[in-house]
Amino acid sequence: MNWTWFHKWGSPKWFFQKTEALVLWFGFLCLILLVVGTVWGLAFAPEDIKQGNSFRIFYIHVPSAILAQSIFMAMAISAVVGLVWRMKLAHIFVQVAAPIGASITLLALVTGAIWGKPTWGTWWVWDARLTSTLIQFFIYLGIISLYQSIENRDTAYKATAIACLVGIVNLPIIKFSVNWWKTLHQPATFKLTEAPSMAAEMWVPGLIMLVGFYLFFAFAVLVRMRSEVLEREKRTAWVREYLEKKNVL
Amino acid sequence: MYFDSFADFIAMGGHGTFVWMAYACFLMVIIWNLISPVMRRRQVLESARRYWRRADAENQPPSVD
Repeated sequence: MNWTWFHKWGSPKWFFQKTEALVLWFGFLCLILLVVGTVWGLAFAPEDIKQGNSFRIFYIHVPSAILAQSIFMAMAISAVVGLVWRMKLAHIFVQVAAPIGASITLLALVTGAIWGKPTWGTWWVWDARLTSTLIQFFIYLGIISLYQSIENRDTAYKATAIACLVGIVNLPIIKFSVNWWKTLHQPATFKLTEAPSMAAEMWVPGLIMLVGFYLFFAFAVLVRMRSEVLEREKRTAWVREYLEKKNVL
Repeated sequence: MYFDSFADFIAMGGHGTFVWMAYACFLMVIIWNLISPVMRRRQVLESARRYWRRADAENQPPSVD
């Protein structure tokens, strides 16, 4: 197998040049998907027979909850790449994905609470799914503060990467919490192996939102990574050229 | 359109407060995720600009990439 691509992506300069157009594409696509998904979910999808219109919170709550866990998964994989191959970009990814992940987890928690009030009659219960997701939020915050508390950048990268690997034990707990414990939270509505039990006119806008959320993450993480690459490489000739091109210098 | 009137759409069959509150949170998270990287980018560009202003004044060559 040819591994040249892997080494090229390890080069900050290559990464910076290749992602310039990609960022705009991700931003453009996620804007379209999120607008279409929101309008569809809010105004055109039918209401739920039991839950009425409060069901429309589904279109934010479920994609954000799925994305919140995917981001952590991506951070843990990236942490391994950073630790094993010492790839700086992988460490940068972990560092910049953490605040995005925290904000998305918070969104899942808050929209869940708002949905819980009309559906369960309470904003919050200390149930397995809710509690494990709250712990996930604290893990994100812990990773952010761990990175910020260590002066030496390489040490901070290593410590955060190890924290990600430890923190990953919470992911299966969130995933299986609805099966392992008796909880208020309903079990998974969608399974990869089965056709969805929900009507297509209800889940299609949800799928659009989910893809839109993923693209938004890709967009936000690339914008942040590009800034960190610039900061790290500011003394090089190619950054100087970039600054001149952007009329900053 | 699922709703009969704009007023119905806002009311959401009595669930309006909850639905709109959730979507407002969504919007706030999106906005925060746009503003904070833009501010960081500005900060980074400014620090790079300052570095090169000084380096040029002292005739310092760029480091090897």
